[in-house]
Amino acid sequence: MIAIVDYGVGNLFSLSGSLEFLGLESEVTADPEKIRAAQQVILPGVGAFGDAMHRLEQTGLVPVLCEEAQKKPLLGICLGMQLLFESSSEYGTHKGLGLVPGHVEPLDREIAGMGLKVPHMGWNRLDICKDDPLLQYLRQGEYVYYVHSFYAKDCADYTLATSEYGVPVTGVVRNGKVYGTQFHPEKSGKTGLNLLRAFAAL
Amino acid sequence: MITKRIIPCLDVRAGRVVKGVNFEGVRDMADPVEMARFYNEEGADELVFYDITASAEERGLFTDILKRVAKEIFIPLTVGGGINSLEDFDRVLKCGADKVSVNTGAIRTPGLIGQAAKRYGDQCVVLSMDVKRVDGKFHVFAKGGRVDTGIDALEWAHQGVDSGAGELVINSIDTDGVKNGFDLELLDAIAKVAQVPIVASGGAGMMGHFAELFSHKGMDAGLAASIFHTRQVKIRALKQYLQQQGIQMRITGEEMK
Repeated sequence: MIAIVDYGVGNLFSLSGSLEFLGLESEVTADPEKIRAAQQVILPGVGAFGDAMHRLEQTGLVPVLCEEAQKKPLLGICLGMQLLFESSSEYGTHKGLGLVPGHVEPLDREIAGMGLKVPHMGWNRLDICKDDPLLQYLRQGEYVYYVHSFYAKDCADYTLATSEYGVPVTGVVRNGKVYGTQFHPEKSGKTGLNLLRAFAAL
Repeated sequence: MITKRIIPCLDVRAGRVVKGVNFEGVRDMADPVEMARFYNEEGADELVFYDITASAEERGLFTDILKRVAKEIFIPLTVGGGINSLEDFDRVLKCGADKVSVNTGAIRTPGLIGQAAKRYGDQCVVLSMDVKRVDGKFHVFAKGGRVDTGIDALEWAHQGVDSGAGELVINSIDTDGVKNGFDLELLDAIAKVAQVPIVASGGAGMMGHFAELFSHKGMDAGLAASIFHTRQVKIRALKQYLQQQGIQMRITGEEMK
């Protein structure tokens, strides 16, 4: 069973729907026992970093997630990926889970004057820079769907794939059993489903 | 770099896809779920569902359709029509919508865009505008393009983005259904006042119109209904054509099984 962490942020309809479509068992839950019993854990999220981290802390799940992340594959999606890092500077400085070295910074500062709109929203090519079982069903240059205004940096050693948007935007990261995708696999058509299928088999 | 997007729009009434010409003479097209499946296979980058329902009963039918689509189509879904409150946002987001498009509701309820952006994020809020020339000026029309609000369209777009709309859908009533090309004069004017993605709607009649659209600065997506529904323009062929014109497109069908 894949546990989808429920901490009151984000629209989980498509995520649980895509796992169901793949024939995978999943449960949206905030129950520590269920998260401990799961084979894999997904940490979703949309919205602002500080608010999401606050909500996650309120559920009391932070220690559970940090512990389980050492034992089984964990996948953070979009803001869920950003929460894996050490900190974010979205509306003030906030501490993250610290499961992946790196920091979350605003994209607009990096790409100012390039005529690019923020949020980085739409389909972008994924450039795979490190082979990984998570990406085993993906070819170089397939398109994935992004919606975000902040991005992870100082994490080159942990980056599996990027997408070009003025700067190489961190697309997929891994540190041990902890994975993250900045894009939404549950909104990235067949490519996204193939990534989720690979995650479930880790 | 992000691709330009091709978006079919499905106007749904009483559980069926319909599309009018100049918003009148609505005619039945097909089953929305079947159509969504088809467009997903064709490589549509996003789907827009527009609820043009009158009764509460039909509204329930619409959300059922939305749920069925969201359970098997995993690309962004935008939902509009009858969005007048945060409760309406909630209702469609729970059924699998990613973005919610507000039109008349934003005129009727000032503050709706701001409140929704605060609760769900800018990326979730789309301001959709029906625009028509009146005495040489662009006016916003309400209620499916029937009522002239007298509001200046450029002003309205600017205000909407300021309040938190993360995307604009600009539908030209003047070019809608005419199939002579997008309303580039209007779209250029909007692009000058708004820094968010712009989805152009109304007037596409052939593939060349999309190439023309994307040659203009600030245009992110082209939306159409009847030309896609009637297969007059096929999305896969359109995207291949645009790619050949040097416009970056997401071409599907190459993924692993």
